[in-house]
Amino acid sequence: MAPAVLIEKLKKHYGSVAAVKDVSLQVEPGEIFGLLGPNGAGKTTTLQCLCTLTEPDAGRIEVSGISVVENPRLARQRLGYIAQGVAPDKVLTGRELLQLQAALYHLPRAIAKQRIDAVLSLLGLDTYADKKTGTYSGGLQKRLDLAAGLLHRPDVLVLDEPTVGLDIESRIAVWEFLRGLREQGTTVLLTSHYLEEVDALADRVAIIDQGVVIASGRPSDLKDKVGGDRITLRIREFSPLEEAEKAKSLLQSLPAVQEVIINSAQGNSLNLVVQPQTEALATIQQALQAAGLPTFGIAQSRPSLDDVYLAATGRTLLDAEIAAAGQRDAKAERKQNMR
Amino acid sequence: MNFTLLFLFSLLFASSSSRWLAIMSPTITPSTPDLNVTASQVVNQELALASNSPLSDFLQETIALTRRLFIQLQRRPSTLIAGIVQPIMWLVLFGALFQNAPQGLFGEDVSYGQFLGAGVIVFTAFGGALNAGLPVMFDREFGFLNRLLVAPLASRFSIVMASAIFITTLSLIQTAAIVTVSAFLGAGLPNALGLALVAAIVLLLVLGVTALSLGLSFSLPGHIELIAVIFVTNLPLLFASTALVPLSFMPLWLQWVATLNPLSYAIEPIRYVYLHSDWSLRSVVMQAPWGTVTLGGALLLLVSFAVVALLLIQPRLRRSLA
Repeated sequence: MAPAVLIEKLKKHYGSVAAVKDVSLQVEPGEIFGLLGPNGAGKTTTLQCLCTLTEPDAGRIEVSGISVVENPRLARQRLGYIAQGVAPDKVLTGRELLQLQAALYHLPRAIAKQRIDAVLSLLGLDTYADKKTGTYSGGLQKRLDLAAGLLHRPDVLVLDEPTVGLDIESRIAVWEFLRGLREQGTTVLLTSHYLEEVDALADRVAIIDQGVVIASGRPSDLKDKVGGDRITLRIREFSPLEEAEKAKSLLQSLPAVQEVIINSAQGNSLNLVVQPQTEALATIQQALQAAGLPTFGIAQSRPSLDDVYLAATGRTLLDAEIAAAGQRDAKAERKQNMR
Repeated sequence: MNFTLLFLFSLLFASSSSRWLAIMSPTITPSTPDLNVTASQVVNQELALASNSPLSDFLQETIALTRRLFIQLQRRPSTLIAGIVQPIMWLVLFGALFQNAPQGLFGEDVSYGQFLGAGVIVFTAFGGALNAGLPVMFDREFGFLNRLLVAPLASRFSIVMASAIFITTLSLIQTAAIVTVSAFLGAGLPNALGLALVAAIVLLLVLGVTALSLGLSFSLPGHIELIAVIFVTNLPLLFASTALVPLSFMPLWLQWVATLNPLSYAIEPIRYVYLHSDWSLRSVVMQAPWGTVTLGGALLLLVSFAVVALLLIQPRLRRSLA
């Protein structure tokens, strides 16, 4: 069976700016695939190439085995694209927008009506269906977008930053909805610059940075690859440095501990990397007790996708966001998005 | 107002198969949510998609896009109302401006009110058509156009087609209003064939100008620039035409400009039909400094103008839409 989405060695320039330098990824039918990266990494451009909004400079893109460059119309029938922050026509009602959408995908009238009613109630939009979309909240607009994207029952639902600007409740609702779609066999490809979103949703993920895929695989595999669990230890709320140093040398001698860093910004707390799936927490506490040191707080966590990003790029996603924000050219980006 | 629109709607929709009429009045019936895509449904869907002919797909999307524009108009009718009030104010106020002009100045037994009607009809249609690109520009800016471009349209020219249908319909409504009001103001009324000719001339001009405006809406970076172009085009072309004064009022250089201005080729035939009941295609409607223009010649020029405009924008549209 052909992969739901196949992207190979995609390249796309806008003027002198290389938006996408080398992106390859493969989305299997029925999975949720996350494309994670800071703003400006090339996620949206990748999706725009996939959804035939812009022509790639080089590379192969296929949807269920159909080339989007050679057979754009067939590919469009199989894709549902939910762009980021695109306002629906404010004057139309939700139902009218869906009717337009159904006609653009050439659904016969009877089927269209049936499906519009179905997606409206599926997304809990029945009571809002005949109100103008201009009165919708952000969460409602996103629900309407989802409804519109699903109307023609695409093989692959493509979402660009599906929860940006949404309140927490709407965000959780979108997550739940996407999981439900996966249960029913729809393939979902989404981009996000939220770690926790990709972590919570995606079966597999590709991390993209400056137009290049720097890591891809299952989130758990990626996290395992960067090494052990993280432990944050506070001896006291604010430990004197000597005490922290003493604890550091003590803990470094333990076989389960791989690395110890003193975080002076956090009251000289200790950040440890330990072998995964060990009794490290208990061992550390015992060692501290034996040395007569108190424990104010101790917490163990799995490495996050941010640690994966950090290991590959040498900076955290947040730092990359801040750096990218300074370099963005809003006017050029707006122009890129205008056909 | 709504009544007129409803009438237009039904015209539009009756022209295609009757199933579209049902879209007009959606009724809500309860149905169970069902997003399960079973194998048979997928097959059904593919059959359904495959069985549509490109032409019926094109009609379906064009009608849906046109319907959207008319819904917008119905809920925000201010542009149409202003588009009808403005030319009437032109007729009344500007018409009064030259009321005391010496008899015979605008032709034998012709009052300025009679003279002005044709100019206002053409000027109004022209202004409306110039603005045709604005909704498309806003769709580009707000990203709504992308929603259309990711859909498997039979041809993306349905987007342009919908705008053209919308604008020509509006222009005909405006023309009807102006013709009616100027009849009440004493300008008279051409016979049925004359009215048909007026409508045909308006359609030809609107088609050409709409094409140019739509081309601009895909070429310019934003609505500010488009509005600027509309501003610098609109009034100068009006004053450099025979809309407000006859050629004999103008210095020779302006006569040259006015007789090369496409607007004059729409104004003069309409004016002639208003003033002469015995018109024919061979009637001389304009005495240019470089020769005479017959009614048939003016029509031919308008047809060429529309064709050239449509051809001119093809490369631009193809780059954006193909």
